[in-house]
Amino acid sequence: MADNSKKSANHQKGDPSTTGHSWDGIEEFDNPMPRWWVWIFILCVIWSVGYWIVYPAWPGINKATSGVLGYSSRSEVVKEIAEFEARHDVLFAQILETEPGELANDEDLHRFAVNAGASVFAAQCSQCHGAGGAGVQAGGFPNLLDDDWLWGGTQDDIVQTVAYGIRNEDHLDARYSEMPAFGRDELLSEEEIQQATHFVLSLSGSDHDAQLAAAGAEVYDYNCSSCHGVEGEGDTFLGAPALNDQIWLYGGSQETVYETIYYSRFGVMPGFDGRLREAEIRAVAAYVHQLGGGE
Amino acid sequence: MSSSDQSPPSLYAKREPIFPRRVKGSFRTMKWWLLAGMLGLYYILPWIRWDRGPEMPDQAVLLDLQGRRFFFFMIEIWPHEFYFVAGLLIMAGIGLFLFTSALGRVWCGYACPQTVWTDLFILVERWVEGDRNARLRLHRKNWDFEKVRKYGLKWVLWFLIGMATGGAWVFYFADAPTLLVNLFTGQAPMIAYLTILILTMTTFLFGGFFREQICIYACPWPRIQAAMMDEDTLTIDYRDWRGEPRGKHRKSEGAENLGDCIDCMACVNVCPMGIDIRDGQQMACITCGLCIDACDEVMDRIGKPRGLIGYMALSDHESERGGKAPKSVWKHVFRPRTMVYTAIWLAVGVGLVVALFIRADLDMSVSPVRNPTHVVLSDGTVRNAYDVRLRNMANEQRDFVLSITENADLRMSVEGEDNTTITLNPDEMAQVRVYLEAPNGTDAAAAQRSTVRLWATIAGSQDRVYSETVFNGRGQ
Repeated sequence: MADNSKKSANHQKGDPSTTGHSWDGIEEFDNPMPRWWVWIFILCVIWSVGYWIVYPAWPGINKATSGVLGYSSRSEVVKEIAEFEARHDVLFAQILETEPGELANDEDLHRFAVNAGASVFAAQCSQCHGAGGAGVQAGGFPNLLDDDWLWGGTQDDIVQTVAYGIRNEDHLDARYSEMPAFGRDELLSEEEIQQATHFVLSLSGSDHDAQLAAAGAEVYDYNCSSCHGVEGEGDTFLGAPALNDQIWLYGGSQETVYETIYYSRFGVMPGFDGRLREAEIRAVAAYVHQLGGGE
Repeated sequence: MSSSDQSPPSLYAKREPIFPRRVKGSFRTMKWWLLAGMLGLYYILPWIRWDRGPEMPDQAVLLDLQGRRFFFFMIEIWPHEFYFVAGLLIMAGIGLFLFTSALGRVWCGYACPQTVWTDLFILVERWVEGDRNARLRLHRKNWDFEKVRKYGLKWVLWFLIGMATGGAWVFYFADAPTLLVNLFTGQAPMIAYLTILILTMTTFLFGGFFREQICIYACPWPRIQAAMMDEDTLTIDYRDWRGEPRGKHRKSEGAENLGDCIDCMACVNVCPMGIDIRDGQQMACITCGLCIDACDEVMDRIGKPRGLIGYMALSDHESERGGKAPKSVWKHVFRPRTMVYTAIWLAVGVGLVVALFIRADLDMSVSPVRNPTHVVLSDGTVRNAYDVRLRNMANEQRDFVLSITENADLRMSVEGEDNTTITLNPDEMAQVRVYLEAPNGTDAAAAQRSTVRLWATIAGSQDRVYSETVFNGRGQ
């Protein structure tokens, strides 16, 4: 340490020299920093000048100076996404080569498809079917977790549904069916609809009026059984829900069932053919299939 | 207020280079052994092999960042067992408290990498340029062929040591023999080269040029230590009541009044921090003990008793000056404060060891799927789903059999599997979706919620773990 000592009166032997400052007898030891630390500071300043030239630095009115390297974090992300997708294109190609029903045989490919499908589902499907796939009964959005399928629950069925949609007028291959509005269109009388309602409720063992239900059997037979089946077992070919199980698409109260028969109901779903890549449709089908209800 | 009329002194000053002289003695010998031991450990550790079975790394000490595993001989730490690392850090912290309160800056003087590598660098410097006087001469000399040759050789050797330091570091993070080959064939990952480059430069600069400045200006540890030392802490001090007044001229008049210190500057010349220990305890002293060796050597030569400079506590300083005997070293070391530190340190250590030995080599965590809480199936069955993580922490492939505690209401199945047995490879984690189903009409199906215990049992053994979870019914 530099010995530019200015010794004061109460300076003791062995103490470092002081700066000569003294305030009310309190003195300041002179412990100067090593000079090369200043050089590091100056080097950093010089470095920063180089940084301005090479990287984006100075803000302008529309954009910052772009720097001679032309670096931007956004283009970096674009590049990384492209790399990421190039890696996944190989796997997506493999998905396309595999029959949807066979996908689960290849454990690694299946895992990839399910995970890819999960992101597709979150982005495209969860708005109606819910983030967990449980659907929304009040809106008639089907629950995808149970073992009941309106249009079939094999991987091929699901691929078909996702690709072309349900009652989607934009595509000829879309699944289509319509239930008549028995009340509004005066196909059945008020009394007959009441009877049919109680018969439908009796099919699944729900609370019902036995007398009305007995009378409703005939109404059902003539008007409903062609689609919903003699026993109420439904028909996935026509998208007719099973009525003899514990799952209700719109709800199983007497009022809801009555309303369904009176006004008729059917949901729609857009087709994703053209919006999603074929492989993504297969992937999301694989995801939905393993949610618990896949056939 | 009074102030000097002179211009204020500069805030910066040229660093005065330090040329520590060679010294012999018991502390120096101990430091050489410690240096050899610690550097040897650092360089050799990644090369020790340890057989863990097929498909497992055979490196005794390995921080597998990609696989998220830490291997230390027979111990393997998974990410969910990170509390072991936290425990070790707590032990390291308490250990430093303990050593500092008992022995002062013993870490700085003997074990700190900055001290150890600086020692090694000074050894190289002395080997190339000679001892203190020769080095001083060379330093003051104008640049000529000899100076260029010696400085060049010294820097090349320092740089090689730096490279070996950074090179050894990366071997802790990958299979050492494979990485060594890859490093030389240019196949190693970029991060390995970058790490070596950075550590080479820091070693080269810190050991060769920054040296004591790291301790004085950059390191926070001395400041923290200052708060942990007390009057019983052993530090290095100068027995000024014996040494003063110091004087060189023993044959001159009045020499009989002089103390034992002959002002030979041996203690100053050997000091790697460039300080004068005779000024008393000071911030820059790392308590390396070299001044003790130097002074004892001189005392032997002039026929005075050793120990003019020695380890002592602040309380000894006072009592010795007053003519009383100092406390023994053991009394300084074993006192309530250090006992408490030792007790805490041991408690954490014993806790960790116990945790290490009672931990199972299988693990299961269960998180119920809450969106939705339950699903009603066609026949009225209520189904709950659970994301179950299974960890096979053994070095062999094993079958995990999932089950629930006997419950007439509930059936179990696993998504995508025909049965509830999951096969896991050695050292593997798997996540499966488990379904529990309560048929229509059962209590579990009707209840709001009931508790259930999931078991994972290793097929053909008694090893098993369980996890408590809930089953959500319709709630009617």
